[in-house]
Amino acid sequence: MNGGVQPIDWLAITPPLALALGAIAVLMADGFLVRWRAWSPSGLSVAAILVAGVAVAVLAGDARDVFCVELSSAGAPVVCSYAVDTVSIAVWVVVLVGTLVVTLLSSSGAIDARVPLPEHHFLLLCSASGAMALAASRDLITLLISLEVVSLPAFAMAGLKRGDRRSAEAALKFFLVSVVSAAVMLLGISFVYGATGAVHLESVRAALDAGVDAEPVAVAGVMLTLVGLGFKVAAVPFHAWVPDVYVGAPVPVAAYLSVVSKAAGFVGLIIVLGLGFTPYSWAWGPAVGVLAALTMTVGNVLALRQRNAVRLLAWSSVAQSGFILAPLAVVGEVGDLAVRASLGYLLIYAVVNLGAFAVVAMMVRDRPAGQLADYAGLLRREPWAGVGLAFALLCLAGLPPGVIGLFAKLVAFQAVVEGGMGWLVAVMAANVAIGLAYYLRWTVVILSPSGEEEARPVVHPAVGAAVGGTLTLAVGLSLLPAAVFNVLG
Amino acid sequence: MSWLLPLLIATPAAGALILAFWPRNRADRDAPMAGLVVSAVAFGLSVVVALASGTEAGFQLEQERVWIEPLDVSWHVGIDGISSPLVLLTTLLGALCMASLLRGGGPRCGGERALVAMLLLLETGVIGTFLALDLVLFFVFFELVLVPMWFVIAWWGDPHDEPGRRRAASVFLLLTVIGSAVMLAGFLLVYGYAGTFDVVELAERGGEGIPATAQVVAALAIGLGLAVKTPMWPLHIWLPDAHAKAPTVGSVLLAGVLLKMGTYGLVRVWLPVVPDGARDVAPYLAVFAVIGIVYGALACLAQTDLKRLVAYSSVGHMGFILLGISTLTPAGINGALFANIAHGVITGLLFFLAGALKDRYETAEMAMLGRGLYGRSPRLAGVLAVAAVASLGLPGLAGFWGEMLTLLAAFDPIAELPRATYLVCMAVAGVGAVLTAVYFVAVLRQVCQGEPAPSGASSTAAAPSVASVVSAEATRYELVVWAPLVVLTVLFGLAPGLLLGVIDPSVVAMFGGGA
Repeated sequence: MNGGVQPIDWLAITPPLALALGAIAVLMADGFLVRWRAWSPSGLSVAAILVAGVAVAVLAGDARDVFCVELSSAGAPVVCSYAVDTVSIAVWVVVLVGTLVVTLLSSSGAIDARVPLPEHHFLLLCSASGAMALAASRDLITLLISLEVVSLPAFAMAGLKRGDRRSAEAALKFFLVSVVSAAVMLLGISFVYGATGAVHLESVRAALDAGVDAEPVAVAGVMLTLVGLGFKVAAVPFHAWVPDVYVGAPVPVAAYLSVVSKAAGFVGLIIVLGLGFTPYSWAWGPAVGVLAALTMTVGNVLALRQRNAVRLLAWSSVAQSGFILAPLAVVGEVGDLAVRASLGYLLIYAVVNLGAFAVVAMMVRDRPAGQLADYAGLLRREPWAGVGLAFALLCLAGLPPGVIGLFAKLVAFQAVVEGGMGWLVAVMAANVAIGLAYYLRWTVVILSPSGEEEARPVVHPAVGAAVGGTLTLAVGLSLLPAAVFNVLG
Repeated sequence: MSWLLPLLIATPAAGALILAFWPRNRADRDAPMAGLVVSAVAFGLSVVVALASGTEAGFQLEQERVWIEPLDVSWHVGIDGISSPLVLLTTLLGALCMASLLRGGGPRCGGERALVAMLLLLETGVIGTFLALDLVLFFVFFELVLVPMWFVIAWWGDPHDEPGRRRAASVFLLLTVIGSAVMLAGFLLVYGYAGTFDVVELAERGGEGIPATAQVVAALAIGLGLAVKTPMWPLHIWLPDAHAKAPTVGSVLLAGVLLKMGTYGLVRVWLPVVPDGARDVAPYLAVFAVIGIVYGALACLAQTDLKRLVAYSSVGHMGFILLGISTLTPAGINGALFANIAHGVITGLLFFLAGALKDRYETAEMAMLGRGLYGRSPRLAGVLAVAAVASLGLPGLAGFWGEMLTLLAAFDPIAELPRATYLVCMAVAGVGAVLTAVYFVAVLRQVCQGEPAPSGASSTAAAPSVASVVSAEATRYELVVWAPLVVLTVLFGLAPGLLLGVIDPSVVAMFGGGA
């Protein structure tokens, strides 16, 4: 490294930076501003998200590298820590859309009244800025730090409900799991660094390609990194924290965890496996395959038994993780196709899962118990919410008219079929059927009459916007699925 | 003219959408009429389409647009002699179902708007499946049928057995979904080697570029998905319950058109796209088909419920169709496609009749229906007799030609296939045909003939006694609804050339040279 000040491409780092600055602005305004209104925190958050969104729109289609170093050895290539490419753009879209919807759901009056709003929005933006940075990070250290920036505020958010012991317990559980996974991952990274002498994924890949002396150490490092990320994406058997945390946390936070924080974990996996550890796919490929199969099967089977809406969504999101993982098992064989499949699934899953959570957040105000039976007659009481939830569930199940969900499944199948992992295809086929059973059961409840006629609930405008926006997006993508896959190139 | 096919697909879908926004206070009352209008328009359109497409070989009225470029998926639809009779059958049965809903034929639990919307959505899916010329598009339409059918069975099915109808609907859905997921894997495998989802292009290449093992795997995967739908023995287990528990309109559409999606897929996709794989799998298909014929016939002999009996008879009929396809000869495929249409018409009619009886007597148990239907309601019994003898394959009615052609084809399959196996299959299938005759004659004896007498000792208090049913006779309205099916049964029986003339050119163009 030749010392000196590095040139910084400010536009390229605007997306995470805007959210981070927004977070600080919310905190400062709360401390010093006198005329601080109930909607101000959400308003500031939305503004920050929009700024980041504009930056992403400007950057779309570009390829930029920032924070590059020339390694000391002569003739070595320039490697960079931060990159704007199709992967980062796609994940940025997921994170921004997800954070926007969660912000709407956490508006004053929409979220549980025991949650202190400014702090909540501060933490939300902090965590989201970590997810943005993670999507663009291309070395193991940046990756780990970004991942922690995602997680630390997240478990504070999970426990922010004042005077709720269940919420505090969930936060503690989440905290412990998160810390352990970070430690395991750090150990893995140090092994990889020890074996290859590099932290930039490009160099790691080159070193692994060339062959390293301490191969067992390198393999152990790769596997430990994988385990650490497995915790983040809640892959079975590292999933035990999910349902309690989702149920204990306020619904918007559960939505955040199931979409944005999970997307962060997945992009970590995609970057690490697709860019860095690819030469060792013989070692981790089958392992990821087994993880994917276990994750989707256990998630689905446990979801079958749930009677609580948030718990069902929690287990369903575990099952969906399995489908996002599956293509990654064959990254070594099919490369970009698998990355595209995984990212495409993630994008689609994010939109429809947010839609489902938006309706759940709306319902939880009137019926805090959140049992599936409470959704009886929703279509009659609140037709658009009923349609939105039913459509989201059909998309999650992957059946038309939820065409976009079908295409998510299609690309996942395609990657695995091309990768030649026949047994995983069979497991996926069986799981599509199991998933249907509970998604349809809930859909039926929504469509069935409730027996009692009751007044239409008063819908918070921000929540209404979240429900309407996600439904529009899901229906629009079902008609023009090309939009998703064009983003991914 | 290329807008005709999209218009045909969009018509029922638009109808369903309009119904969804109909004013709530009158939606349920207006729904059957709206459904009838929409499905009649769809039928009219399909007649126009059929006339416009003519009898020439090759695809007519094609429309192709890129849909999802990164995935190589396009909106590609077209029609030929193989698909046009099926499209006509679909829209005809759809319109007749709506007509029967209009006057009391529907279930009595309400929710007509939703029922009609579901049926229209289902019709969209079926028409789309028959017109799609892109594997992914085919798959999307194939799947579109499932959710509406699930609702039709689970919500408006047998009012006396709620857990039963839910279970029947779910078994149907789960088995079909697993099958179609496996089928999708087969499609993707084909794409992996061939690099296109376009059915026309794949058929022209005839499997070129796909290695032999991959073809066999793809043929197994695609065949499995379609065999669940058809259904082929032993994958038929969802069928008897689904038919028996579905409301009349559900049974009619299920038997009349949904099953055809499986056999159509075999002819449209399976045979031309992976021909070498299909050739390896065909003898096994023939054996399973024949087992299905005999099994269906024997199972029918053991049934006491008229709807279940008709359902099991479908397993046998679909066996003949599969046997015809498995010979890989133009004659066999012609026979299979003919039998496809004949089965749709005849079994559709049988389910209308069984449903009418069940509505009157609250049961379809043959013992409870009592004897002597000829005496009590001669017109109803007369139509039942025509449908039953047509179904058992009496020469001169539509059921005969399909079975005869497939049996003939099994005598002379293409040279690469083991002829001895097919001869045995043919012989066994012949026995199955005789058994079919036995059980339908038995039905006629038990239900139609004899002295009108109060139902047997097994009658329960819940079911109205036979004597108390006042309006046992078919109404004029019902006869009008059934008439087109009766006419077609006779017409195709006396002049099979009418139908074969449409099917044959396309079949010969597609399978004549290479087979």
